[in-house]
Amino acid sequence: MKALHNFLEKKVKPNFVEGGKLSRFWVVYDSLETFAFTPGHVTKKGAHIRDSIDLKRTMFLVIVAMVPALLFGMWNVGHQYYLSIGEITTADPYSAMLWEKFQVGLVKTLPLIVVSYGVGLGIEFIFAGLRKHSINEGFLVSGMLIPLIMPVDVPLWMVAVATAFAVIIGKEVFGGTGMNILNVALTARAFLFFAYPKQMSGEIWIHDVAASATNGMLADGYTGATALGHLANTVGKPVDGEVAGSVMGMFGDAGMYSFMDSFLGLIPGCIGETSALAILIGAGILIWTGIGSWRIMLSFLIGGLAMGAIFNAFGANAYMTLPAVHQIVIGGFMFGMVFMATDPVTAAQTNTGKLIYGFFGGFFSIMIRVFNPAYPEGVMMAILFMNVMAPMIDHYVIQANIKRRMKRTALATAAA
Amino acid sequence: MAKAIRIRKGSDIRLVGVADKTLENPARTDLYAVKPTDFHGLTPKLVAREGDRVKAGDVLFFDKYNDSIKYNAPVSGTVDEVVRGEKRRILEVRIKADAQNEFKDFGAKSASSMSAADLRAHLLEGGCWPLIQQRPFAIVANPESTPKSIFIAGFDSSPLAPDGDFVMEGEADNFKEGLAALKVLADGKPVHLGVRPDSKAFNGVDAQVHQVSGPHPAGNPGVQIHHIDPINKGEVVWTIAAQDVANIGRFLRTGKFDMQRVVALTGAQVNQPKYYRVTVGANVSSMLNGQIKDDNTRVISGNVLTGDHITTDGFLGYYHHQITAIPEGKEPKFLLTDGWLSPGLKKFSLSHAYPTWLMPKSKRFNLDTNSNGEDRAFVVTGQYEKVFPFDIYPVQLVKSIIVNDIDSMEKLGIYEVAPEDFALCEYACTSKIEVQDIVREGLDTIMKEFS
Repeated sequence: MKALHNFLEKKVKPNFVEGGKLSRFWVVYDSLETFAFTPGHVTKKGAHIRDSIDLKRTMFLVIVAMVPALLFGMWNVGHQYYLSIGEITTADPYSAMLWEKFQVGLVKTLPLIVVSYGVGLGIEFIFAGLRKHSINEGFLVSGMLIPLIMPVDVPLWMVAVATAFAVIIGKEVFGGTGMNILNVALTARAFLFFAYPKQMSGEIWIHDVAASATNGMLADGYTGATALGHLANTVGKPVDGEVAGSVMGMFGDAGMYSFMDSFLGLIPGCIGETSALAILIGAGILIWTGIGSWRIMLSFLIGGLAMGAIFNAFGANAYMTLPAVHQIVIGGFMFGMVFMATDPVTAAQTNTGKLIYGFFGGFFSIMIRVFNPAYPEGVMMAILFMNVMAPMIDHYVIQANIKRRMKRTALATAAA
Repeated sequence: MAKAIRIRKGSDIRLVGVADKTLENPARTDLYAVKPTDFHGLTPKLVAREGDRVKAGDVLFFDKYNDSIKYNAPVSGTVDEVVRGEKRRILEVRIKADAQNEFKDFGAKSASSMSAADLRAHLLEGGCWPLIQQRPFAIVANPESTPKSIFIAGFDSSPLAPDGDFVMEGEADNFKEGLAALKVLADGKPVHLGVRPDSKAFNGVDAQVHQVSGPHPAGNPGVQIHHIDPINKGEVVWTIAAQDVANIGRFLRTGKFDMQRVVALTGAQVNQPKYYRVTVGANVSSMLNGQIKDDNTRVISGNVLTGDHITTDGFLGYYHHQITAIPEGKEPKFLLTDGWLSPGLKKFSLSHAYPTWLMPKSKRFNLDTNSNGEDRAFVVTGQYEKVFPFDIYPVQLVKSIIVNDIDSMEKLGIYEVAPEDFALCEYACTSKIEVQDIVREGLDTIMKEFS
């Protein structure tokens, strides 16, 4: 490896430094070199030794945590596709065609990942070049999160536009990684949700449902909506009415959104969000490595369950009667809890603040979902809302600390 | 006595190269230096000129803005050289030592029979005053201030730190006399002493003894002050290391300015880490001679978290009780073998990003000076809080300093902290932010604002 480094140092680097032929692309070279070789920067004073952790390692571990959700998501894309065209209703629907299913998912997901990284990193390089600082690692995670929270049939150009919007307006205008107020990936999702509402609803959750329908391939009664989409239909209708009955039937033990299927992720939805199990494996990795805040995850979960339980107690419509534990395994709740709410930059920063932030994040997720059927994906709205609230939560937590200290001063003065 | 304090936040960085408990007198060194840069914020006014003859205890320079604080020659000899840096700032006053130390006689005295004012004047005159530091600001104590309490650091918890009991062996009488002096200076205010629960060296001393357990920074006076008698705005607390209390005691008992110190030579680059008895300001080359493994070494006066980078023929810092030698980390590391993507079985981290956190507590690591990453904005949260045992929000305080918001700095607790209290934060920081420098800047800002 020394030879490679010498080659880079002596033959390649001179082209990129000030005055070299390619000096405009210094940022690109620098980021690639520091990617391959941890730079030989040594400390000057203060702490002469530094912890082995850096931002690259941190971000890399987050990506590792997303891998189970990603792999499962790829498989599930194919699984849902074959379900929709009625190919796998036989006795053993899960083990059959493992690779075929995965292949469908791979072909659909990979372009999303490529577009997301390509556009996002391209913009990061431009901004880093303009600002003359090195590339930040933040987008490594955002670039993977964005495809995971997209419907499988979303047009690639929409992903490109959303990513560009999220990186420029969501992050770079605030000063780049570490300075943003809103979660970058959720900004991309929200942008699509509001900019292209027509394209972001309907039959895009399962690959090729529309085409299958025109070809007459679609299985009988298959609609292509997500669990949340179905549930939203029950709002405003009587609990014991026909609509509510048929929808809630889908959430029963034999229905397509049964608790077990929802937990395992065998339901339609965004690519990475369907499997609570895969996401919980990711959560395990994040908590075990200490990268993700268990405080936020735990209180988010408690918040969601609390709101769910409150709804259960009222039960004013069919949606509200869905058990709280079932609520949290459908839609993006789990994914948001583990990968979105825990984003350290946009979450609350104090430990107490994290508990409050997480609780209300979960609480509002379920509340928005049920109260406002126009936004079936309540998690996205709730987390973005809490992103905005996070500085205020921290402010009050810190004010409490300041007050406590002021009181101490007052006591000392009184005693003197 | 015996108020027990348990520190939970913090961490012991387990480095290779603990000093063996054997004490040696190093080969004689004939070069000594007093470094004005050891005393933060000092503007020295030179008394001794190059070529002057001095006795141990003669004034070398004094504080321009507080001319009662004098800095004396630790040995007798000739003023060899005044080393200057940028803008003619004085960096070192070097003395070529005589073969036999000749002491200026200040007269033996008993602290308990003196008034506070007399004792103060005596210590100032004798050059012992700079041994006492004060909080806030972590500077040499202002002799005109009246402390609300005095804290003696009975042990050091920083990585590879010398053993608190071992360095005090044979100093019991000096320590007692020094402590008596501090009690006179305290004028009825409490004198606290923080010790490890298993410490024997301070049995039966006449002070408020606190048993402090827990990981570094438990030994930092700032941490103990915070838990015992926190500093509010307008209050002053003095701090001093136990060895320096003994030095004050020796000065009073003998009338000689004889600043001996037991220093630990530690670190992975040292062949046989052990203890040496030296005089303050000694050239370290006599200790390091034949002890350093190879050229790829950084020598630090002090510990790896807060010490000063010196050369192999540099000088022991005024407040330092150890010399550490660790490998330099200039070599770039390939990502897969030992860079950020490697399994990292040799990498020590306070985070759990490398599997080494599962290794037994007895495992020690050889860390080099590589920064292991590049400067970034604050991204990861909760790291500082884990190693910062204060009821203070460290990140918020640091941010208030960065934006120069004096009001917030005060409210968030800047009076209680010193840069050293943030050393572990700086070590742990994913974004490689130089926290200690920032804190020092904040303290300077506050000091300027209110002077």
